[in-house]
Amino acid sequence: MALEAGLSAANFLQALYRQVQPAYPKWYKMDKLSQLGLLAAELLLRSVDQGATDPFGKAIVLQSAHGCLDTDLRFVAQLDDIPSPATFVYTLPNIVIGEISIKFDCKGEQAMLLCEKPDAGMLEAYVHSLFAEGHTGLCLCGWLDAFGESLSATMFAVTAGEEGETFNKENIQQYFDHEQG
Amino acid sequence: MNRDELIEQLKGQIIEQLNLQAVTPADIKTDDPLFGEGLGLDSIDALELIVLLQQHYKIKLANAEEGPKVFRSVGTMADYILAHGQ
Amino acid sequence: MGNKVHIAGTGVISAIGMNLAQNLSSLAAGRTGIGAIRRLPTVHQADFPSGEIALSNEELQEKCGWHSYPKNSISRTAMLGFLAAKEAVDAAGLSLPDMAGDRLRCGFISATSVGGMDLTEDFFPAFIQNPATGGSLRQVRQHECGAVTNHIANALNPGNWTYTTTISTACSSAANAIMLGARMIKAGILDVALAGGADALSRFTLNGFNTLMILDHEPCQPFDRQRRGLNLGEGAGYLLLVSDTVKEQYGLSAKVRVTGYANANDAHHQTASSPDGAGSYLAMKDALAISGLQPADIQYINLHGTGTQNNDASESTAIRRLFTEGLPRLSTTKGFTGHTLAACGGIEAAYSVASLERQCLYPGLRITQPVIEEPGVMVSSFEEGVSLKNILSNSFGFGGNCSSLIFSVS
Repeated sequence: MALEAGLSAANFLQALYRQVQPAYPKWYKMDKLSQLGLLAAELLLRSVDQGATDPFGKAIVLQSAHGCLDTDLRFVAQLDDIPSPATFVYTLPNIVIGEISIKFDCKGEQAMLLCEKPDAGMLEAYVHSLFAEGHTGLCLCGWLDAFGESLSATMFAVTAGEEGETFNKENIQQYFDHEQG
Repeated sequence: MNRDELIEQLKGQIIEQLNLQAVTPADIKTDDPLFGEGLGLDSIDALELIVLLQQHYKIKLANAEEGPKVFRSVGTMADYILAHGQ
Repeated sequence: MGNKVHIAGTGVISAIGMNLAQNLSSLAAGRTGIGAIRRLPTVHQADFPSGEIALSNEELQEKCGWHSYPKNSISRTAMLGFLAAKEAVDAAGLSLPDMAGDRLRCGFISATSVGGMDLTEDFFPAFIQNPATGGSLRQVRQHECGAVTNHIANALNPGNWTYTTTISTACSSAANAIMLGARMIKAGILDVALAGGADALSRFTLNGFNTLMILDHEPCQPFDRQRRGLNLGEGAGYLLLVSDTVKEQYGLSAKVRVTGYANANDAHHQTASSPDGAGSYLAMKDALAISGLQPADIQYINLHGTGTQNNDASESTAIRRLFTEGLPRLSTTKGFTGHTLAACGGIEAAYSVASLERQCLYPGLRITQPVIEEPGVMVSSFEEGVSLKNILSNSFGFGGNCSSLIFSVS
């Protein structure tokens, strides 16, 4: 995808939105974390056939370092004046999962795990235990972080049956290393 | 300011307050519903409109239940401001 | 199906008591913790009754025994969390460092939504005035939610945790922490899991919920037709979960188990629940499936029951859809404690465990016109000598995050 180099985080998300066109009415309301998560989910899931997956079988498990800290700071700065309800809504790190759930009709389990850096072992264990309980058909998972001008997303769409073979700590770590590098 | 001027001003303020980047003042028809069909606004937007009234017109809507009546359209908002503003 | 998950101890701190025993006697006596805000410095002190814990930060720090820390360097969230988590461990009669010495794998899974925001709020005004020198940076070291977890973890069991993590999924956070702890024990990844949550009252949440216009100006009336919104509260609640082996090895008398848990997304709106309660219905249904129980096996539900128009309507609709052959007894304890956000799932889990151990039902407060009209469904006064085997506890959060836990007598 060709995007101009040197864009600010907000302009980068905006430019990517115009290219990807996820058609989501709440786009302009969302904070950077939600915008980034929605775009990553759109890019991943548009190539995954979800027709046969029950909404309750679609799970989302994300890891993040800063969570919603960027928006927390914006909201704290508003407290002297009249604070904005639309800003407050995004002062929870799991709202991005709610947005992705609304867009892709995901009604399954979801988790937002806060850790300093991507943790491939924890992700593998969590996702495998989800599939082991039987009702998950598709799990969107990975790393999502947005703070100031820094954005980073490494997400996987894992389907039942294939998680055992390819979704392991070593493979996940390779993608995370690429992200960090 | 007369009602028409107020309505034009309101349209601009609504676009700014709700961050409706794809909308121009001309897209907002004075008597069209703001919620549901119209601009597709939701309950959080209604709360933002309450903030707008407070910030720009010093009007405090104490009860969110009043919202639907006041925010039915830009026209009803303007009437409410003319009746309650300072 | 893997290990059983036993509850060896519980701990609670809230506006109705500094420990579990005080909480339970307030619940039994119908003594509310909701009142005017006295401690939190806010322009809204008189506007919104809340479930504030009377102790100041200095008094709490003293109670934690943390004398060596400078004033205003520990988040209130960490102090509340430590006191309740420590009570859960002590109640079980266990020493975590000894257990780690016995090569047992101990996990600490802690939930919070505000983290150290209380200190950040104090830091911010001076910092904004003068970014170069204003405010003490000591006050933002605990801002991040994980810093609060680390502080409690180190104070309880320094250097001995196999696993610690923080969960932040709004008001279902503590329920999700308990769910993760139970799962890790069931899967044989941990032998012991201390799981729950803590949140302190802050200007951040008070102003935020005020912008959403869902705060009640009077003491709240959850599950009443006259309900006007919620009261915020603060507190912490933790469970000490252990495996079969640990229960046997240490001769623990744990009488109640975690048998079911589930989490689902409502996929409807950022903050509002769907009218048909899709997410809460799925969470309750799947928790039953995990526990192998039928709706008729549940004798009581500790409701999420916040007192907002939206939650109570959505939750009662979901319960009616699932429990078609008769409703279990219902109540919400938020009229006592206020809504303690990320802590409520832990606090209400401790109440549910106490109900099962003591075979009693704790009431809801201030219900005059119940949303659920059938007589004998809502618990309106303390009831003893009831027969309880399985209790379901609901916790639902913004972002559509819905969780249900099931507790059963062994």
